[in-house]
Amino acid sequence: MNQVHEKSSAFEYLTTRKDDLVGWARKFSIFPYPFVTACCAMEFMSVSSTMYDTDRFGAALPRFSPRQSDLLMVVGTITHKQAPILKKVYEQMCEPKWVMAFGVCATSGGFYQNYAALQGIDKIIPVDVYIPGCPPRPESVIDGIMQLQDKIANASHPIINEKF
Amino acid sequence: MDQGLLERLRERLDGDGREPVFAHGLLVVQLPREALLDTVKLLKDAFGFDLFLDVTAIDWPQREPRFDVVYHFYSTRDHVRVRLKTTVTMADPVVDSLLDHYGSAHFMERECHDMFGIVFRGNADLRPILLYEGFEGHPLRKDYPKEREQPLVRYRE
Repeated sequence: MNQVHEKSSAFEYLTTRKDDLVGWARKFSIFPYPFVTACCAMEFMSVSSTMYDTDRFGAALPRFSPRQSDLLMVVGTITHKQAPILKKVYEQMCEPKWVMAFGVCATSGGFYQNYAALQGIDKIIPVDVYIPGCPPRPESVIDGIMQLQDKIANASHPIINEKF
Repeated sequence: MDQGLLERLRERLDGDGREPVFAHGLLVVQLPREALLDTVKLLKDAFGFDLFLDVTAIDWPQREPRFDVVYHFYSTRDHVRVRLKTTVTMADPVVDSLLDHYGSAHFMERECHDMFGIVFRGNADLRPILLYEGFEGHPLRKDYPKEREQPLVRYRE
């Protein structure tokens, strides 16, 4: 008998639930697409670089194509003129996908209420996690990422059809 | 800053319905819209105001004529500014375009047309520049409701 196939120790098998396994894998490989339009970008740079380092959460590598990304981070004010672009970017992303409203402008329009500003991106696309603040502290963003990770970990992850 | 130059300019511009005064150290010339092109030509050719900084408007809803149209010019040689103000009515919000004298008037007049609905005679391309096709009204007029939105994407339920 081949030595390699010999059963030699414990932990030959691991049992888990499919959704737990897939959720665990997915929550640590969030590739964000930064849709950055305004001053919140400064906090985005801060949170994604050394000091706060979203790499610790597996969310470090920004993909600049929506087709390769899992998380749409909408960072900043969205105007009515930009709304069709945001909608198109969202539609180009592959499932599974999540959306983060980063800062009050993306969440609700913030202090803008006028002819130009969209009153929150959830008017046009579904949003998974909202981060308040103008701009949000990096700690808030990390909290948002962790809440999104919990949401992903506890979700159902159909990989063949809606039953499995 | 060359105060002597501004003083000479003020004396030269007095008359023809123009009222040049100093306000906060800046030469401000109130003038009828018919005198606009001649005045701009004089500023550019005789006094060296080679940079057209901005054109904007002011809406006075209670006043007739309702709009001020305000121009700023700068001299890169003498480092001085001058402001021209003219008035137009709601019924006839038309002034002459400065395209013949300053190429940069093209974009600035489009923006002013977007926001206030001022029409620049001689500027054939007044398409929206900051707004979008299909936008109704002029948002910086005081009678544009602040909560009025004109979304391009249909809202989710």
